Amino acid sequence: MILVTFISVLMIGGIMAWVAASWSNLASRWISLITLLIDFILAISIWMNNASTPWIEKFYAPWIPNFGINFSLALDGLSLLMLLLTFFLGILGVLISWNEIQYRVGFFHFNLLWVLAGISGVFLTMDLFLFYFFWEVMLIPMYFLIGIWGHENKRYAAFKFFIFTQASGLLMLLAILGLYFVHKNNSGVGTFDYFQLLGTQMSLSTSRWLMFGFLAAFIVKLPVVPFHTWLPDAHSQAPTAGSLILAGLLLKTGAYGLIRFVLPLFPEASAEFAPWAMLLGVVGILYGASLSFAQTDLKRLIAYTSVSHMGFVILGVFAFNSLAMQGAVMQMITHGITSGALFAIAGILYERIHTRDINAMGGFWVKAPFMGVTTLIFVLASLGLPVLGNFIAEFLTLIGSWQANQTLTILATTGIVAATAYSLRIMQKVFLGKTLNEKTMTDLSLREKLVFVPLIAAIIWLGLFPQKVLNTTKPMIDKSFKTEQTTLNQKDNGIQ
Amino acid sequence: MEVSAEYGLLLASVLFILGMIGVLIRRNIIFMLVCVEIMLNAAGLAFIVAGSKWVQADGQVMFIFILTMAAAEVSVGLALILQIYHQLKTLDEDAASSMKG
Amino acid sequence: MNLLIIPALPLLGSFILIVVGSRLPKRMIPLVGAGSVGLSALATLILGYRFISASLTSLNVIAWQWMDINGLSPAIAFHLDALSLVFIFVITFVGFLIHVYSAEFMVHDEGYARFFAYLNLFVCSMLTLVLADNLVLMYLGWEGVGLCSYLLIGFWYTEEKNGYAARKAFIVTRVGDILMAFGLFLLFQTFHTLNIQEIAGQATQQWTVGSHTAFVISLLLLGGAVGKSAQLPLQTWLPDAMAGPSPVSALIHAATMVTAGVYLIARMHVVFEFAPEVLMIVGIIGAATLVMAGFAALTQYDLKRVLAYSTISQIGYMFLALGVSAWSAAIFHFMIHAFFKALLFLAAGAVIEALHHEHDMFKMGGLKNKLPVVYWTFLVGAGSLAAFPLITGGFYSKDQILWLSLASEHGNIWFFLMALLGALITSIYTFRMLFLTFFGKENTPVSHVPGSSMNIPLIVLAVLSTVGGFIELPHTFGHLTVFSDFLNPILPSVTVQEDLENFEWLIQLVAALVALSGVGLAYFFYIYKPELSDELKSSAADLHSFWLSGWGFDKLYDRLLVRPFVYLSNINKKDIVDKFYDGLVMIAEWVNRMLSYTQSGILRWYLMGIVIGGIVLMALALL
Repeated sequence: MILVTFISVLMIGGIMAWVAASWSNLASRWISLITLLIDFILAISIWMNNASTPWIEKFYAPWIPNFGINFSLALDGLSLLMLLLTFFLGILGVLISWNEIQYRVGFFHFNLLWVLAGISGVFLTMDLFLFYFFWEVMLIPMYFLIGIWGHENKRYAAFKFFIFTQASGLLMLLAILGLYFVHKNNSGVGTFDYFQLLGTQMSLSTSRWLMFGFLAAFIVKLPVVPFHTWLPDAHSQAPTAGSLILAGLLLKTGAYGLIRFVLPLFPEASAEFAPWAMLLGVVGILYGASLSFAQTDLKRLIAYTSVSHMGFVILGVFAFNSLAMQGAVMQMITHGITSGALFAIAGILYERIHTRDINAMGGFWVKAPFMGVTTLIFVLASLGLPVLGNFIAEFLTLIGSWQANQTLTILATTGIVAATAYSLRIMQKVFLGKTLNEKTMTDLSLREKLVFVPLIAAIIWLGLFPQKVLNTTKPMIDKSFKTEQTTLNQKDNGIQ
Repeated sequence: MEVSAEYGLLLASVLFILGMIGVLIRRNIIFMLVCVEIMLNAAGLAFIVAGSKWVQADGQVMFIFILTMAAAEVSVGLALILQIYHQLKTLDEDAASSMKG
Repeated sequence: MNLLIIPALPLLGSFILIVVGSRLPKRMIPLVGAGSVGLSALATLILGYRFISASLTSLNVIAWQWMDINGLSPAIAFHLDALSLVFIFVITFVGFLIHVYSAEFMVHDEGYARFFAYLNLFVCSMLTLVLADNLVLMYLGWEGVGLCSYLLIGFWYTEEKNGYAARKAFIVTRVGDILMAFGLFLLFQTFHTLNIQEIAGQATQQWTVGSHTAFVISLLLLGGAVGKSAQLPLQTWLPDAMAGPSPVSALIHAATMVTAGVYLIARMHVVFEFAPEVLMIVGIIGAATLVMAGFAALTQYDLKRVLAYSTISQIGYMFLALGVSAWSAAIFHFMIHAFFKALLFLAAGAVIEALHHEHDMFKMGGLKNKLPVVYWTFLVGAGSLAAFPLITGGFYSKDQILWLSLASEHGNIWFFLMALLGALITSIYTFRMLFLTFFGKENTPVSHVPGSSMNIPLIVLAVLSTVGGFIELPHTFGHLTVFSDFLNPILPSVTVQEDLENFEWLIQLVAALVALSGVGLAYFFYIYKPELSDELKSSAADLHSFWLSGWGFDKLYDRLLVRPFVYLSNINKKDIVDKFYDGLVMIAEWVNRMLSYTQSGILRWYLMGIVIGGIVLMALALL
């Protein structure tokens, strides 16, 4: 039941925030904040009492029984971590928009909470039809967030985002229906239930086609080069909270989908596709890094770093071993925190100097040392410095993928050198060098510190004590590799 | 006197093509309407010829059907033309190339 | 006494300074900064005393389990043995002296607290590096010192070029770091552990000398060492790193961080011993670097750049020693080098500050009487660097390397000749530096005389770099082996070729003569007949500028790597992939235009369309 609460609290809170705005904007903000806090505390309490079973909670209610569609939710370690991240970043998203959003405040918070509800739904559902439903639920409010509260080129970005996700989502819908019919033909039972669909027998070519349908939606969302071009536009045009949620959470739904659906549903086909997927990951890492290095728009720059970092996720997921998979999951979390923080920095810089052009920035350390230290920490996280969480993620991913494919791992690791170049460039251009624009520059306010201190604490905690997180996903990952052990062996033979 | 069906059909097609050319090249909308009438009647003629050829009443039934339809069409068409003339002060069909509510 | 306290104290100091540093009163800042390192040094002393008196071989402390997944289970755990004891001794003591020096040197800087925060963080990272019991934790320290080096080189961040030098240092060393990371991956794949002791144990069991895996792993680890220790071909960052404040150059870019590569190889010597080819490569790199950097140092104008190149060159000696399996000789030279090079940098810093941030040696001169303490201590340091016979520490440490480069079973005559050539150049450029700075006529007036907080560290270091040498004396002369005996449980002693055993005195004599003749040459060219050196410079102007630019490596890498990367990423700034999607949009819009063009509203066009369509259909039906 608690799983339904997670989603419904957000949805109800969203409507309340919308209604309350006609009375007071501040009320709307507080309602959103409290809503998210409730969810966050609930999720934390589950995490603290976490047993080491694969499935922690399940919820089941029939929805459209004729077609085998059920309102089926379930929570395992992976979902739990993703939910924690969702609520955590959600809280920060509300806080960071406190001053930034000044018109249609109620509708903004409605959209914000509904995006989060959609994301939570995606992380929780175990019914493919419901999954598609939530996939769309998170898309539309996001479209509004970009299109209404975005920057100068918001319409274009919102459309681009919508069309990319929608088109790829439709392919996934086709694949879901295909899977439904394959299963119905095999067993005579039509169902969208994840657990029943697991292990559906089908020919390799069918499973290949169906897998590509799912893959389409997920790698566009992730994003994987060459399907990434919606991302820089959407990220750079969205309001700060929008960028934070896009980078921190929406991209993770793609990675989550890969881990939850593609690998377990189509084990042979994905094992066959694995070297190509890893190659795509590496291309993403290097291509994103090189583009990031060239950008002058701060938010665009950070957006391309996301492309680069998400490359590690697909690399880790398709390396087919638990080290790399743990690394990929860790990367999802740490990248959520790091890129969220960097977008927040870009947002508060924009509030102060009204530009995103890094050539108009420089030497802000003099005026804003606290902001400088904060940025430094996240820039270092982004280049994978040990002590910070991203290192754990990248190290595990690489050490795992090394077992699978050494050449690609070597290429991926050179991405770390490129990451050093682009990350330090942010620091140099914005905070070091000659002082520009110093009149309007001020250091972080108390509210902004309230945003960044938890982020800093989280990223350092993840870097020094990652075991708690690793333990949470361990049962789920161990289980998935037990079922895939056979395919893994085949693949190993294939490579050698 | 017996006229062979070929001649009848030939006449019908000549009339049809004349009407068609008229529709295609005239700009005056009244003339276009007249030409449409010619085409309709050509079609009617073809039905008559075909009916007499196979000694069937269907051809004549169709002709009467076309005749009534043509009458209705002319009345509606002329009413529209009058409206166009009121609006545009011209009978040039090209002037009415864009729809305006 | 818990081992953890040694790295924890500087970390605590750093944390305090970062969080409340801007609000602390100014005299509290060095108290926290230098105090934490001082306490750490004290703790090292106590711990070292107990370690030695209890004749332990190692001491392990686990702070907590870092991670544990499928066999990969590195802990935050520290391992103390003789090797790491030497390192932490040098790090904390030299570090403490440099902190004391900085308390005065940096006092007028507005980033006073920030400076000590970074410096403390550096000490903590460096201690972690040398104390780590597994390679992942060592990698943490490894990257941590890289970060602090970045922060401190770019300490005066408003200057664009400092930021550039800082990034260059970070990125170039990171190239080495990823090679080391590959080494880690491969080690883990081979042994399913990254614990250093376990690796050593398993390597001895599983490998035979010349094993291919051992070769690859050692080569990759060497890559990391080369990057951090500024050896060929990744040495280019170190001369630029002199953009940082002088205490930073002394601590990070001379005494400690740059010798991390030496530490890594010594620490992993078990692995390297299975790959004699790689040890050969280590020796070759060392020999080549020491000569290359020596020539580059000969031509520099900037006082600190001379010292930077000399650091590269001296680390070359250490690499050479490692390459011939003279492990303890390398570590001995590391220790003595840390003393005298820190001394030289600190003295240089005092000179530069005294002359209003003048770096050019040719604009200095005649400081002998103006800055007597600096002069005398600098002279001691220079003597040690040039290996002035018998009375300096540098003589004993370098002499050992010279001897073993020939006499070790892995040594050969070429190594020896290179090392000898290097020794000659070293003493020339060292005394060139000394003569230009302190002798001759006064070119720039002295504006600031260092106080006691700067002088005392200089004097202490001068004493250390002299007496430090006397704990290890050669066979021919006293035969004292305190240092190598101490290291012996960790680092095996070197085997000397039997037929050479009796010629050690000859080598020493040659080495001493070479060092003295270098001093003589420097005297001849820069004091006795200074016009000759100008003549020499103009007669070989090309060579001079080639050496001045550090053998053109910067230009080479710039052309070969940096520019293509920047060019490629800049031409693709707008993302070529997006053009494809723009193309799709354009096609859709074109089709739209074409279709709306047919909706002209002209009745006759529509009719024509019907007619043509009818004709086409009829034609198709007929055909």
